[in-house]
Amino acid sequence: MDFLVFQYPMITVQACLDGILLGVLFALIAYGMALQWGVMNIINIAQGDLVILGGYIAYFMYLYGIHPAWGVIVAPVIMYFVGIAIYKLVINKVVDRDLFISILATFGISILFMQLMNFAFGADVVLANSGYGTTMLFDSNVVLPNSKIFSAFISILFAVCLVIYMKKSKLGRAIRATAQNARAAKILGVDTEKVYAATFGINAALCGVAGALISITFTIHPYMGLPYTIRSFMIVIVAGLGNLPGVAMSGMGLGVFEEFADYILGTEFRIGSVFLLLVLILVYRRFKLSRKREYLK
Amino acid sequence: MRLNKIILSFVSALVILFSTSVASFAKVVGDKIILGAAISLTGKYSSNGVHTQNGYNMAVDRINSMGGVKVGGKTYKFDIIYYDDESNPKRAAQLAERLISQDGVEFMLGPYSSGLTKAIAPVTEKYGVPMVEANGASRSLFTKGYKYLFAVLAPANLYLDVAIETAVELNGGKPVKIAQAFEQDAFSQDVRLGILDAAERTGSKIIIDDKLPKELNDMAATLVKVKQMKPDVLVVSGHTKGALTAIRQIAEMKVDVPMLAMTHCDAAKLSKQHGKNSQYALCASQWHKSLTYKDDFFKDGMTYAADFEKEFGYDPPYQSAESSAALLVFKDAFERANSFDQKKVRDALAATNMQTFYGNIKFAPGGQNVDKPMVLFQVMCDASGSCENKVVAPLKWASAKLIHPIPKWSDR
Repeated sequence: MDFLVFQYPMITVQACLDGILLGVLFALIAYGMALQWGVMNIINIAQGDLVILGGYIAYFMYLYGIHPAWGVIVAPVIMYFVGIAIYKLVINKVVDRDLFISILATFGISILFMQLMNFAFGADVVLANSGYGTTMLFDSNVVLPNSKIFSAFISILFAVCLVIYMKKSKLGRAIRATAQNARAAKILGVDTEKVYAATFGINAALCGVAGALISITFTIHPYMGLPYTIRSFMIVIVAGLGNLPGVAMSGMGLGVFEEFADYILGTEFRIGSVFLLLVLILVYRRFKLSRKREYLK
Repeated sequence: MRLNKIILSFVSALVILFSTSVASFAKVVGDKIILGAAISLTGKYSSNGVHTQNGYNMAVDRINSMGGVKVGGKTYKFDIIYYDDESNPKRAAQLAERLISQDGVEFMLGPYSSGLTKAIAPVTEKYGVPMVEANGASRSLFTKGYKYLFAVLAPANLYLDVAIETAVELNGGKPVKIAQAFEQDAFSQDVRLGILDAAERTGSKIIIDDKLPKELNDMAATLVKVKQMKPDVLVVSGHTKGALTAIRQIAEMKVDVPMLAMTHCDAAKLSKQHGKNSQYALCASQWHKSLTYKDDFFKDGMTYAADFEKEFGYDPPYQSAESSAALLVFKDAFERANSFDQKKVRDALAATNMQTFYGNIKFAPGGQNVDKPMVLFQVMCDASGSCENKVVAPLKWASAKLIHPIPKWSDR
């Protein structure tokens, strides 16, 4: 146990800001996962690998002298088509089956992607430098890398645009209708096959954006996908499906929680404490749910 | 028709017989000494696996073209059977079994990384197959009482204690405050043990002791602590991702610390990926091309580096150099044993005392090389932004003077 947070009050501010900036980025990935989980009832284990692939797109742009920030525009476009391709090849065959089969299928895709990326790009850890500099606050006691601020800003921008798109556009309405009741939507003339493909594409595109941002703020290599899958899975579990503001809040909450766990319990318990939190929340939810059921009885 | 079948089965039986009989003679066939190696050609260690393989191949070609190995008045040439262990310890152990019991290999070269060497060592030990390894530095390899394991490199706990000693020396012999962050894997934790020893020896205090997760790509929390608690030395070890993450975030967060010591800088291509931000970082290395060790085959480090670059198109990292050295050790041992008897070769290996371009080699009873100190280099950049690694410690090999303390970010 460490009590640095109390000895150095500025750490509290730093931890909150770091956590929020990090959480927003995670929330973006979780948002994509929640979307396709809600619409297609598929838990995508390959989520993190799509993120890393998006990161490589930004990295290669950086290698060829283009500023990696442009990756947040290029990566989603490419990833959208990658998503559609994955849907057409694999996902459309498992979309109506039970959850276990889709988990197995996406797990397979995840392994395939890892190995292909390793084969194509090599096992080296890489990153793209944005050269954005640093923002200093409170007499330079709190430091925020501008790349983190940039990525949080872009994440929010994409999330907001997507929410508006879902509300206003025809496809967005079709997606929401399919999520509510696929059969009814089909009867009313929604081409659900198209909706599924588009949903998976949009999810992959969001992963592409997040990946580009991660290559600017952190590092990427072919085997780093799984932690992102797990985090977004947790955020969705905590927030519940179809609860978009909830996803944003639980993303940021988890980010802050992680940072504090790091300072108070120690870095080695950072990930562990997040898992503990997940277990607690699931137990709590079950408890609440069972009381509700009794009430209904 | 029936005759055809009979002929076919006869021929295939012959083929099977022939192939197995070749395999059982595989240790020394004709004028060839066949060594076995499981190497990570795919999977997460594949880049370093390839460096290792290139190092082995370079030495095999060189030794063969310069007269080979002379045993019992006859000249032999080296040959290596490689298998891809997919960076997976279980697979590596299986492949070691296969090399020994199916392919009949009687002498082994090591794989890449401490973890895989740990997986293979029990197998080679069980069969009494001498193994010279060049890429497993974990201390636990040398405390298990293995008799057939020999490592040409210095053990992991010696990687960075030079840095602590240097820091204490520069502090006028007074103890220093140390902040450390290590990944939770066998190698990095061994480096950590070395630092703990050095701290105790010098009376220094460890004020931050973070353990980083395996999928580390964010150490902002550690760096915030460093910023607030102002240690004299920051030590980071977490393979290439640790080195890259540390430099990126130290620069972004403008963390001022008088001394920054790390591992895996050249594998991470720090100065290429981070340019001037990596300046002043101190890096532990098994080898550097500017060291002045010499041998008959590669002459010295500079010549080795030039030849390697000509053949493979890149500057050799120390992983390649130490792998080449493993072959030189084997050649020397075969010639001194003057036999292919595994026991005699093992004893000859244990008695090794030689100099190679990579460094002096002399094995302790545990199998680690005790005659080659680690070197520390510092990343130094000129005004145009091109950076170079210069050896700064130990003083005997230093080609530049250590810049200490690291200038503050506000003055850079």
